[in-house]
Amino acid sequence: MRILSYLGIGILFGIVMFKSEAASWFRIYEMFTFQSVHMYGIIGTALAVGIIGVQLIKAKKVKTIRGSEMCFNPKDKSITRYLVGGIIFGLGWALAGACPGPMYVLVGAGYVPILVVIAAALFGTYIYGVVREKLPH
Amino acid sequence: MDWILSPWPWYVSGPLIAFVMFLLLLAGKSFGMSSNLRTLCSLCGAGKKAQFFDFDWKAQRWNLIVAFGAAIGGYIGVHYLSTDTVVDLHPSTIAELQAYGFESAGKAYAPSELYDLSALSDPKALAILVVSGFLIGFGTRYAGGCTSGHTISGLSNLQVPSLIATLGFFIGGLLMIFIIFPLLF
Repeated sequence: MRILSYLGIGILFGIVMFKSEAASWFRIYEMFTFQSVHMYGIIGTALAVGIIGVQLIKAKKVKTIRGSEMCFNPKDKSITRYLVGGIIFGLGWALAGACPGPMYVLVGAGYVPILVVIAAALFGTYIYGVVREKLPH
Repeated sequence: MDWILSPWPWYVSGPLIAFVMFLLLLAGKSFGMSSNLRTLCSLCGAGKKAQFFDFDWKAQRWNLIVAFGAAIGGYIGVHYLSTDTVVDLHPSTIAELQAYGFESAGKAYAPSELYDLSALSDPKALAILVVSGFLIGFGTRYAGGCTSGHTISGLSNLQVPSLIATLGFFIGGLLMIFIIFPLLF
């Protein structure tokens, strides 16, 4: 049952990513060149609804369906890792035209070469895990 | 049915993304699409090589299922929910991309130069796919999240680190498009 609900959430997410064209390389290019409001509209409205919703959840102390506390992961206080890591990801995001969610959506949509991106992303994640102790965080 | 089969406007898609985040919160999880890469590394035995991957990946199976669902969603999106998947770009964007050699701009969902099967036999396209994927994998783990984990979830929770990360995403993206693209294409 749980598996089915995660699968359902994933399917909904994939459909939204595909149909909103957020999984299109062209939309990402257009966003970084400020040639369209499309991606900013998506992120902006997601964020507006997200902020209001999360504040309401906290104010009303909404619990998960199993009655436990909701999971908000407070992040470590740091600048280096977020800024440097963020820039590295941003470079890849603009080049591949896909962030991690849309990568999987594109597999399902039949764009086979995205599998190369995913394999390389796995390798990048692996290398991060290996050199992690040596990096400033 | 037309409104379902055409591309969905941003003011419909954005709130739906927030809805996906709420569903995951209700399920006791969080919205972040890059952590599954760590889970996959761990599943493949990377825990023997680096402590970072030495955790109980079975507890993180859910994020692999969400990713699998996202792929099914992509399949449904293209096969059952679309008549025409061409992304309607502004003529000046099309002209710009064609000058870079992206002939498919304005004619496709994803550039055929990178995402058609034939790209796999083009060394330059292949190099771009490998390098961009590496940067995504390395960068998201270093930053502790991607667009979903930081820009949507983290900012919704008004977390300063997510603001710094999002700033980083855009600095990186702008560097790529304005400095590196003219050198690459």
